[in-house]
Amino acid sequence: MNNEITGAEIVLKSLAEQGVEVVFGYPGGAVLPIYDTLFKQNSIKHVLVRQEGGAIHAAEGYARSTGKTGVVLVTSGPGATNVVTGLTDAMMDSVPIVCITGQVPSHLIGSDAFQECDTTGITRPCTKHNYLVKDVNKLSSVFHEAFTIAQNGRPGPVLIDIPKDVQFAKGTYEEKNKIIIPSHRLFEPSPDFEKNKIEEAVELISKAKKPIFYIGGGCINSGPKASKLVREFINIVGSPVTMTLMGLGVVGSSDKNSLGMLGMHGMYEANMAMHECDVMINIGARFDDRVTGRLDAFSPNSKKIHIDIDESNINKTINVDVPIIGDVKQVVEKMISVWKEKKYKIDDVFLKSWWDKINKWKEIDCLNYNNEGKQIKPQYAVQRLYELTKNTKTFVTTEVGQHQMWAAQFYKFEEPNRWLTSGGLGTMGYGFPAAIGAQVGNPDALVVDIAGDASILMNIQEMSTAIQYRLPVKIFILNNEYMGMVRQWQELLHGGRYSESYTDSLPDFVKLAESYKAVGLRAKTTDDLDEVINQMIETKNTVIADIWVTKEENCFPMIQSGSAHNEMMLSKDQKQDKKSAEKGKILV
Amino acid sequence: MNKSVYASPDQVSETKRHILTVLVDNEPGVLARVIGMFSGRGYNIDSLNVAEVSNDENISRITIVTHGTSEVVSQIEKQLLRIVPVHSVTNLNREDSSVEAEVALVYIYISENNKKKVYELCDFYRARKIENDNNTTIFEIAGASERVNRFIKEINEITKVEIVRSGPVAISSIHKNEEE
Repeated sequence: MNNEITGAEIVLKSLAEQGVEVVFGYPGGAVLPIYDTLFKQNSIKHVLVRQEGGAIHAAEGYARSTGKTGVVLVTSGPGATNVVTGLTDAMMDSVPIVCITGQVPSHLIGSDAFQECDTTGITRPCTKHNYLVKDVNKLSSVFHEAFTIAQNGRPGPVLIDIPKDVQFAKGTYEEKNKIIIPSHRLFEPSPDFEKNKIEEAVELISKAKKPIFYIGGGCINSGPKASKLVREFINIVGSPVTMTLMGLGVVGSSDKNSLGMLGMHGMYEANMAMHECDVMINIGARFDDRVTGRLDAFSPNSKKIHIDIDESNINKTINVDVPIIGDVKQVVEKMISVWKEKKYKIDDVFLKSWWDKINKWKEIDCLNYNNEGKQIKPQYAVQRLYELTKNTKTFVTTEVGQHQMWAAQFYKFEEPNRWLTSGGLGTMGYGFPAAIGAQVGNPDALVVDIAGDASILMNIQEMSTAIQYRLPVKIFILNNEYMGMVRQWQELLHGGRYSESYTDSLPDFVKLAESYKAVGLRAKTTDDLDEVINQMIETKNTVIADIWVTKEENCFPMIQSGSAHNEMMLSKDQKQDKKSAEKGKILV
Repeated sequence: MNKSVYASPDQVSETKRHILTVLVDNEPGVLARVIGMFSGRGYNIDSLNVAEVSNDENISRITIVTHGTSEVVSQIEKQLLRIVPVHSVTNLNREDSSVEAEVALVYIYISENNKKKVYELCDFYRARKIENDNNTTIFEIAGASERVNRFIKEINEITKVEIVRSGPVAISSIHKNEEE
């Protein structure tokens, strides 16, 4: 058999046929054959991270900024366990990832061998699907199926565990188009899917007096065309629209219909509109608890339409009236054509009075903050960052916490795929490696990780990666020396006892940057801020900008846990009533 | 409903027993995927049965007895369908008619003064004697779970027993070839 090649060669050949350009990884004993094959070829680039957790977040950042599938290559045992957080993150936020892990040789599996762990067992609940490949001849079909599953339907992470002997063994390679994946293993909507439901939904929208679109990350996963169609539909309906944290950018911030983000730290007008609407059109969102607040008081008087590709999201926490299972792009395209065909139009009088009401809520100016003095307010820092980068193609990633919410509130996104944040899992340490991945995928763009002083330390080792590959990623630290969101909750719910939320012994971030041969900048007062930001943008190197912000600023507005959309807290002088505060305290 | 941290109080439907049959590709780890979904999401498994049902296509049927409100059970069905090797999920409570049966092996301690009663009862329930030692006997009883329950209850009143039960398997009684 002349055309037999090794398992490791099959891995690389499969990746190449799938159009993979870059792999994020870290070598180790159980993947040496694959790394050896990698060494002998030039078509696939490898980015060496400094901890496997960085590899998978980088792959997520790459995937979300480019729309391609992110690929990760790590070794057995600790290599595999280190990617578990990232796999869970990708699962929660529906990011297409293929993660290859080495495994101890087949005959040693189960013997507690060195660097052995039950990788498929550990990762089963945090992947869409996973494989342990024991037969080299199945390797190529597993790879092609894995890529399809990762991208198909609701995207997600897929893991392939390959014992070392299988990487050495010789077998035959099968091409992508020779692999038939049984239909039950994929999501395939029938050709005239949900036709009646779509008509019902569109009619319901046409009769609405107070409609609102509630847009989620599913619209971004459905591709750029989906965002275009969603904008078009909202425009012809003339309805207000609000977006989830994951959906920011689907409709541009400057769009006249946009009310911005909704939810726990969303806009007052968006949450009030959700509460008072009569028809809610959920497109690609999942009624997450950060969005809904208290369920029994969630949008009590509305008919709800829910478009989702994952049927398990329907009626999971909120019962809906018109569920539509399908891909956003296809469903919204049909909705538009039904709307036009039937010449539907929402009554202008109703629509106007709805907008009048919303504009009244807008007057509250919920993002207003006290910007006096020379000390930099974190909100102001993000505002300046936005103003000084808005004319550049910019990708913004974040870590998790207060800075993440300020970024979501004050940075204005006009396009999808430009905003990368860990929404579902809320992974501190996500933003920096994700920025590395985004920069790898978009070498000419400006990539900024808006970070907190606590989060950035969770994957700071990736500075080496950024420097090694000359990735001019910008780390913009809103430094308040606290785990800000933890401190905020402790202030609001735990009597101001700041248990372990002060980040003592922080490094000097400027010197830290310099020690990696990156550039370190610091802004101590508002006088320095613009100059530091401009210098950061102009520097063709990795930059850490250490922005000293006021220490005890809180992130408002806020729906406290256990409260409803119409019970938003606009400042800390406004106390939640005691009963719901007690109830809310036990929630997350 | 009620699976969120912000539990909704408006659930009204009552908790009921449901039998789900799940057709799956018979591949490594598939059972772990199914039961892991139950434990991971906090659902109940009352009994579980799995066996290959078609040799040529490598398909197994998993029969799960669970209980929950209809909202919870329909969520279970949808979560099961997300699992890649799952072909189909049938909730037999939603079928017009279905039949179920299980097998129990009952190890019965027999003495002279209960012997007659035991044999009468086994006879009545058509429990089949499958092994006989000096003073113990193993009977096999098959049928709907309720019938097995009644038998066990009554035999327990007479003598000491040890029981092993398979948990029910079930099938829609209107035979459908098109179902995979």
